[in-house]
Amino acid sequence: MKFRVERDVLADAVTWVARGLSPRPPVPVLAGVLLEAHDDGTLTLSAFDYEVSARVTVAAEVSEAGTALVLGRLLADISRNLPDRPIDIATEGNKVQVTCGSSRFSLLLMPSEDYPTLPTSPEASGTIAGDVFTQAVGQVSIAADRGDTLPILTGVRVEVEGDKVTLLATDRYRLAMRELNWSPSASDASHVALVPARNLSDTAKSLGASGKVEIALGASAGGEGLIGFEAGQRRATTRLLDGEYPKVTSIFPTSVDSVCVISTPGLVEAVKRVALVAERNTPVRLRFTDGQVIIEAGTGDDAQASEAVEATLTGPELEIAFNPQFLLDGLGALGTAYARLSFTQPSRPAVISGQDEADGEADESYRYVLMPVRFAN
Amino acid sequence: MHLDLDAFFAAVEQRDKPSLRGRPVIVGGVGGRGVVATASYEARAYGARSAMPTSEARRRCPAGTAFLSGRFDAYRKSSSVVMDLLAELSPAVEQVSIDEAYVDLAEGAHDLSVEGVTALGTELLDRLRERTGGLTASAGIASSKLMAKIGSELHKPAGLTVVAPGKELELLHPLPVTVIAGVGPATEERLRTFGVRTVADLAGLSLVDLVSILGQAHGAGLHQLARAVDDRPVVTVREAKSISAEETFDADITDDRVLRDEIESLARRVGQRLVSTGLFGRTITLKARHHDFSTVTRSSTLGQATADAALVAAVAGRLLAGLDTTNGLRLLGVGVSGLAAHAQDELQWEEVSAAEQVSEAAGPAPAGVTAHKDPVWRTGQDVMHERHGPGWVWGSGAGRVTVRFEGPTTPAGPVRTFAADDPALAPTSPPDWEATPVGRHT
Repeated sequence: MKFRVERDVLADAVTWVARGLSPRPPVPVLAGVLLEAHDDGTLTLSAFDYEVSARVTVAAEVSEAGTALVLGRLLADISRNLPDRPIDIATEGNKVQVTCGSSRFSLLLMPSEDYPTLPTSPEASGTIAGDVFTQAVGQVSIAADRGDTLPILTGVRVEVEGDKVTLLATDRYRLAMRELNWSPSASDASHVALVPARNLSDTAKSLGASGKVEIALGASAGGEGLIGFEAGQRRATTRLLDGEYPKVTSIFPTSVDSVCVISTPGLVEAVKRVALVAERNTPVRLRFTDGQVIIEAGTGDDAQASEAVEATLTGPELEIAFNPQFLLDGLGALGTAYARLSFTQPSRPAVISGQDEADGEADESYRYVLMPVRFAN
Repeated sequence: MHLDLDAFFAAVEQRDKPSLRGRPVIVGGVGGRGVVATASYEARAYGARSAMPTSEARRRCPAGTAFLSGRFDAYRKSSSVVMDLLAELSPAVEQVSIDEAYVDLAEGAHDLSVEGVTALGTELLDRLRERTGGLTASAGIASSKLMAKIGSELHKPAGLTVVAPGKELELLHPLPVTVIAGVGPATEERLRTFGVRTVADLAGLSLVDLVSILGQAHGAGLHQLARAVDDRPVVTVREAKSISAEETFDADITDDRVLRDEIESLARRVGQRLVSTGLFGRTITLKARHHDFSTVTRSSTLGQATADAALVAAVAGRLLAGLDTTNGLRLLGVGVSGLAAHAQDELQWEEVSAAEQVSEAAGPAPAGVTAHKDPVWRTGQDVMHERHGPGWVWGSGAGRVTVRFEGPTTPAGPVRTFAADDPALAPTSPPDWEATPVGRHT
């Protein structure tokens, strides 16, 4: 195998493919990136750890077709640090020679015959605009559980019904739900998949720059239990979580007593400032009255802070307390100039959604349900 | 000043139960493996001591000795009266336990001469007796916590000892080394091999020798205390760091389902105390003592604090699953720490599948096999009868319960026996020692 490739092209490709590789994989070959040089002047780079796979095809001057397996992270580090000149890569005996200008690296050739076969190239079930996909996944994955008590909650639930996609995640303390439209290959598309939030969020960030992202679900994904993504020359698959997701739609309050509309950045800045005195796990208290919300934190002998922010309130006045980070997560995910906070009781979940103008229509495509902090009586 | 209530639990019982006055009373675990919490002075005459197995106290004490399980509500009620009295003396009160506290008298506006504090101490002990319906305490007043504590123990019960400044060593040195807190049986034994019996002997050892015998921290600490050098301050705030409950079984338990029932009952007790103190905890601890007395604790920290008994039980159950219980457990304890006054609640949804999994895994307990449960009527418990008024459980068993109808302000009262499920009989709160006689409530 022998080929020449542009530095930036190789660095981008190998960095993307190797990003998910574990530094200590269960089987040594899984730390490798598989290089496949083809006679048609293309180079394919792949990585797979049985959980996620990544594959990208780039242009290269191939003088001798062939394959080689090398340490992925090492090749990524090397290519990023080489000068901006063409890189020559060639196999020589049990080594892979990497040459760029006067820099020479000799890497160990790993046994590619032990390398597992990647999931087959998925067939798209539909497409989503890249920026919408990235935003939606970002909005929802913040609410996924990071602990390990209930593995199912570390996933984002993806539900497809025709041209509607619903993304949902919860860690029991808050729940985020985003509804969006996509272009399904079949108008009667119907799928439910539970995607590990960390992998989904990584994938969405790395593919979102493309104009559109193709998503493969169900049998199209190249096997049960997988979801596939493709954007440009990049393809990725992720193994789905197995299990029954709890029936969480019942947590959306059916009625609303008080609604507050407030500038999103205004509230975010004030909560951040006041929360400086809220020690770990202590709440911020919000007192909603007509015309303003007063945000307070700290009690008794500890440091205390308060700040008032202009707001409009419809319905009864109310005082409620939240974990400041959970509140900021939801407000930060809105992406709208105004936030709409809906309440029933100080002990019941609050719903945060966005709207573009202070007196405009509510945008319910994204909803963040947050359980308040309770004080003992 | 150090103040210690005399035979506190037993004294409260004798105050509330006139028929027990002047007789030996043991408060503690009354089951097969219970230990004595407090022995009245009458019981101490027969050799009963706190921390002694109750079975041994039963052997030592004569027939007619009352063995009572505790009434902690009653003890807390009397204790808080005492602590309030101390708070009137000084803002700096360090409550060490339910029946013991240090007071920094320098923080109050007091005459700190020997005569001044003697008068203050005498008056305090008198008022304490008055306000608690006859309980007594012993106090030591000195220039340090060490000497005050030693002083309070010198003339028990109902004794006051004032150690004048400059007289500390004179008092301290002839005493056995065990008067110093931190010298337990092991240290005492170790010191004895070096010929140390009294505090004076201890003070005779060089710092280097003492450190080489007992280690740096302990050795250096005792070197100071043996010279009556103790500058530990009276620490006002002692927040509860954990809330726990434990149960010693009458017989070792191997049955997993019985252990799980026991964990649920302990978790309920912990949950109730969390709710009643307005606290939530993040770290759940399971304590288990094996048949061979080896004791292990395992803990797990939640993402968010809770006061939910079911969640505490679930976590404790998982911790139990990690232990080897094949040879049986003689004690289980469940505790919660990392306490806070607020909690991030969880969203509620129908948890169909999860709940089913749990119940399948646990399975129903087989009929006839249940965990050791507190008997419905505990000996010593306060009860109220619709016709006969307030009293206390004198004994129970075989479907019957015997109640003595008397209270702190009555003479010794009559005994009556009822069916254990008599609807006219109900548990009640501890009696008020300042209330008017029995019968008023009916």
